[in-house]
Amino acid sequence: MVKEIERAGIPVVHICTIVPISLTVGANRIVPAVAIPHPLGNPTLSKDDEKKLRRGIVEKALKALQTEVHGQTVFDK
Amino acid sequence: MIKIVHYINQFFAGIGGEEKADIKPELREGIVGPGMALKAAVGNEAEIVATVICGDSYFNENLETAIKEILEMVKKYNPDLFIAGPAFNAGRYGVACGTICKEVQDKLGIPAVTGMYIENPGADIFKKDVYILSTANAATGMRQAVPAMAKLALKIVKKEAIGTPAEDGYLPRGIRKNLFREERGSKRAVNMLVAKLKGESFETEYPMPDFDRVAPNQPVLDIAKAKIALVTSGGIVPKHNPHRIESSSASKFGKYDIAGVMDLTEEAYETAHGGYDPVYANLDADRVLPVDVLRDMEKEGVIGELHRYFYTTVGNGTSVANSKKYAAEIAQELIKDGVQAVILTST
Repeated sequence: MVKEIERAGIPVVHICTIVPISLTVGANRIVPAVAIPHPLGNPTLSKDDEKKLRRGIVEKALKALQTEVHGQTVFDK
Repeated sequence: MIKIVHYINQFFAGIGGEEKADIKPELREGIVGPGMALKAAVGNEAEIVATVICGDSYFNENLETAIKEILEMVKKYNPDLFIAGPAFNAGRYGVACGTICKEVQDKLGIPAVTGMYIENPGADIFKKDVYILSTANAATGMRQAVPAMAKLALKIVKKEAIGTPAEDGYLPRGIRKNLFREERGSKRAVNMLVAKLKGESFETEYPMPDFDRVAPNQPVLDIAKAKIALVTSGGIVPKHNPHRIESSSASKFGKYDIAGVMDLTEEAYETAHGGYDPVYANLDADRVLPVDVLRDMEKEGVIGELHRYFYTTVGNGTSVANSKKYAAEIAQELIKDGVQAVILTST
């Protein structure tokens, strides 16, 4: 799906837990997520801390969308 | 007697479904689950001495630890052969089978074989490193897959000559072998061309690799003015799944209006996805589709606007062809609506 959206000309960032799968399907901007059943959350945290964690991941995704890349790039910092 | 260690996931071990996908590696003596069929297939030539069971989510989320733990377990039995799966079209299971087979081969020097459906992401990642028997896309293909896997595995361990992918039923590994043919190349090429012109079937001798890569688009220049859309393969839908998107092999995608929705609440949203434990997403769907955070960012002026609709489907077992089709349709709508960037989330 990521690749088809990219093909249509829209920059796209893939937030996903299993990065090797994202690499093999051909996503260009990849942000690693937390866990399979809760990629953008962590139920062991308080609501506030969980939202902060989620915001952190979305911020990375926005940074990825604003970064020029020349090939597949994993934004894990 | 050839000693085999068999690797399976929590589901095939009969421990449980997605709610048990986080179990740690466990070692059992002898046969478990599909090991029965494997035992029948190897007959008197080999014996399954132990079975390693691991939850699919645990394996993929704790790759390094899981590999270490499992290698220790396998080492204890010093087997002649390692067999994983078959995983059919189960994505995380396929990646686990491929990963552990490669590790067992490379680190322990024990030949390893697995089986999966050609569209399993594990197939693409590991087909060059590991013999992967080509199976059907669902466990209904067990009866065909296991004997073929056993046959190939025994050939490998006995160092017999392995046939071509077509002969021995494994996924092509990209290996070329020199051989002599009766007819010279020019003649074979012309024969192929004639067959092609007549509309007859022919088999190429050098299939072109399928490098379907798309170059990255230019970045978003002014994110504070950009309209951003959310898309997910994680199956987030309004409560009760109004369009009945299937829990696996989805035949459609959904488009839902989130104008005025500040937060995906337990009362209003859930997941339709059948390939992961739905508890956490059902309690708070923002854990898969971060609407709450993007609304905050919209208010603060970090982003221009969150697009009025989100698009969703279930990635579980859905064919590559369908996924492509849905995304192509979604992309056309997004372009028409002036969306400048997409955040796509996957579980």
